[in-house]
Amino acid sequence: MNGTNLFKIAFRALANNKMRGFLTMLGIIIGVASVITMLAIGQGSKRSIQEQISEMGSNMIMIQPGQGMFGGVRQDASSMETLKLDDYQNILDETRYVAGVSPTVNSSGQAIYGSNNAPTTVYGVSPDYLDIRRYKVADGDMFSDQDVQTAAKVCVIGQTVVDNLFPEGTNPIGKVIRFGKLPFRVVGVMESKGYNSMGMDQDDFIIAPFTTVQKKILAITHLQGITCSALKEEYTDQAIDEISEILRRNHKLREIDEDDFNIRSQQELSEMLTSTSDMMTILLAAVAGISLLVGGIGIMNIMYVSVTERTREIGLRMSIGAKGIDILAQFLIESVLISVTGGLIGVLLGVAAAIIVNKVFMFPTYIQPWSVILSFAVCTFTGIFFGWYPAKKAAQLDPIEAIRYE
Amino acid sequence: MKDIIRLDNIRRDFKVGDEIVHALRGVSFTISEGEFVTIMGTSGSGKSTLLNTLGCLDTPTSGEYYLDGTSVRKMGKNSRARLRNLKIGFVFQSYNLLPKTTAIENVELPLMYNPSFSAAARKEKAINALIAVGLGDRLMHKSNQMSGGQMQRVAIARALVNDPAVILADEATGNLDTRTSFEILVLFQKLHAEGRTIIFVTHNPEIARYSSRNILLRDGQVITDTVNHDIHSAAEALAKLPKNDD
Ligand SMILES: Nc1ncnc2c1ncn2[C@@H]1O[C@H](COP(=O)(O)OP(=O)(O)O)[C@@H](O)[C@H]1O
Ligand SMILES: [Mg+2]
Repeated sequence: MNGTNLFKIAFRALANNKMRGFLTMLGIIIGVASVITMLAIGQGSKRSIQEQISEMGSNMIMIQPGQGMFGGVRQDASSMETLKLDDYQNILDETRYVAGVSPTVNSSGQAIYGSNNAPTTVYGVSPDYLDIRRYKVADGDMFSDQDVQTAAKVCVIGQTVVDNLFPEGTNPIGKVIRFGKLPFRVVGVMESKGYNSMGMDQDDFIIAPFTTVQKKILAITHLQGITCSALKEEYTDQAIDEISEILRRNHKLREIDEDDFNIRSQQELSEMLTSTSDMMTILLAAVAGISLLVGGIGIMNIMYVSVTERTREIGLRMSIGAKGIDILAQFLIESVLISVTGGLIGVLLGVAAAIIVNKVFMFPTYIQPWSVILSFAVCTFTGIFFGWYPAKKAAQLDPIEAIRYE
Repeated sequence: MKDIIRLDNIRRDFKVGDEIVHALRGVSFTISEGEFVTIMGTSGSGKSTLLNTLGCLDTPTSGEYYLDGTSVRKMGKNSRARLRNLKIGFVFQSYNLLPKTTAIENVELPLMYNPSFSAAARKEKAINALIAVGLGDRLMHKSNQMSGGQMQRVAIARALVNDPAVILADEATGNLDTRTSFEILVLFQKLHAEGRTIIFVTHNPEIARYSSRNILLRDGQVITDTVNHDIHSAAEALAKLPKNDD
């Protein structure tokens, strides 16, 4: 028996009953469309999280004062003053796996230039901070180590601060702005990063030497945090061990004492977030997969009914020379055609839905090519799997009885 | 004349529960090329069982059956399907056309199961067969747009399209009114005149006079087997019928 003829036969049989074919397809269409959309949403959020993390520097390590116990009283982390300049200095000098180190202190307040002013935050850091956070200076320069040592009143400002303080488009480099009462000379402007996917403005800040912020704004001697970068993302764990060792030694903690600091790495954060979004993807895909399964059962149901409905047709085909295998093939091709056509429509709908979710609801989506290929393979498989039993039943009919079936 | 069909002591038993029904009890006859045979008998006499055997749909319990020189009895399912496809044309009482399908597509169906025909050859043969049954102007009509007589003509065209060794008709006029029945009989006589071999099963004894030979069955046995020397013309009988309004 000729394959193209069988294909034609199946196609004609389907064309004769378009409504039934479409209704059978509906389950598959919905199933595939939801698999593709759900995977796109899951993958989209995973990607946006990963992107954000790598934007911030995937090898970043953040040290904060910890929630130590003092006399049995757990302290609030922000009130802790356990991180000192020595800690910073020792991390800088003694580690092998740490690439950059910068203290962090910050203060919120009003930035003023002439008649313009805007609330913002000043971050006191060292020049290493730029590399650690993967920031770039667009215009002018970063302040120098010299500026840090002398607690110079210089700063680099973000694009939002530029827009707020220099709305007329004046070049801010060399101008003196004020943060609170303190004057700062602008030496550089940061490259714009725009908004992150959580809607936070990443350009609304000022960075200045940490010494300046520490002494002249906050009037403190401790550090609010230390930010480091591991040599490479893979060395994050080793870097954390080194840092932890230095801090415990400096803070004279005994074997039994808890850490009085907190080290968090971007890697850890990223693993946590991606595993959460992976879970979400799996969950969404499972729900969508179930609807695909229901669609498949729909095919089996309709094909099964159609075998009974078309018993005489089958009997006729057999009496004019169709072999059992021809009938089997015809019904299988019919169900595969239904499911693949349904799959095709489902892919189009799913992709459209993913784009709508992205454009209208501003939710990140990403259509992974393999999800399209996979759902197609699943469709063909569904057609064969759920078409097999009815097709087998049709092929096993006795032509004499089938042709006389009422 | 060449023998198309040779039955040699064909028996067919059916097991129904503990009992055995003898549907055919030793049927023997030979049918030559170009004969128009009516097989008659009351209901339950074994006509359909015999026709199923002749049509290679059923295998006899014992006895030999030669169709166009080949022994059918020992053939497997698939070989019999192939034999049906090449050598047999079936016409059924209830037409059995594919629903919502054009005349051409219905007629070319047997050729769809024969890979040696190209699409063009299939179409040409289907058109010729439809012209032969007088439906040359209704090629694209769908089965649900046709009258009973027209549907049976399409079915006959479908039975002709593979140039079968024998056309097997089971009560082919059973669903039709008198007038249309005669029209179909006229068509069968025309095919007979063109040299085709036809076996026509019917319970209606009147039809016997339009065929060239009559076989009468009773209880699975051949009672009489006579050659008809006085073949009536169905066309004349049709002309004498009172004209109906419809
Ligand atoms: N598949 C079958 N199973 C059991 N008995 C059958 C079967 N087919 C036919 N018979 C029996 O064989 C006999 C002949 O039947 P059939 O050939 O259909 O007669 P006809 O077509 O002349 O009416 C009947 O008694 C019928 O009951
Ligand atoms: Mg019968």
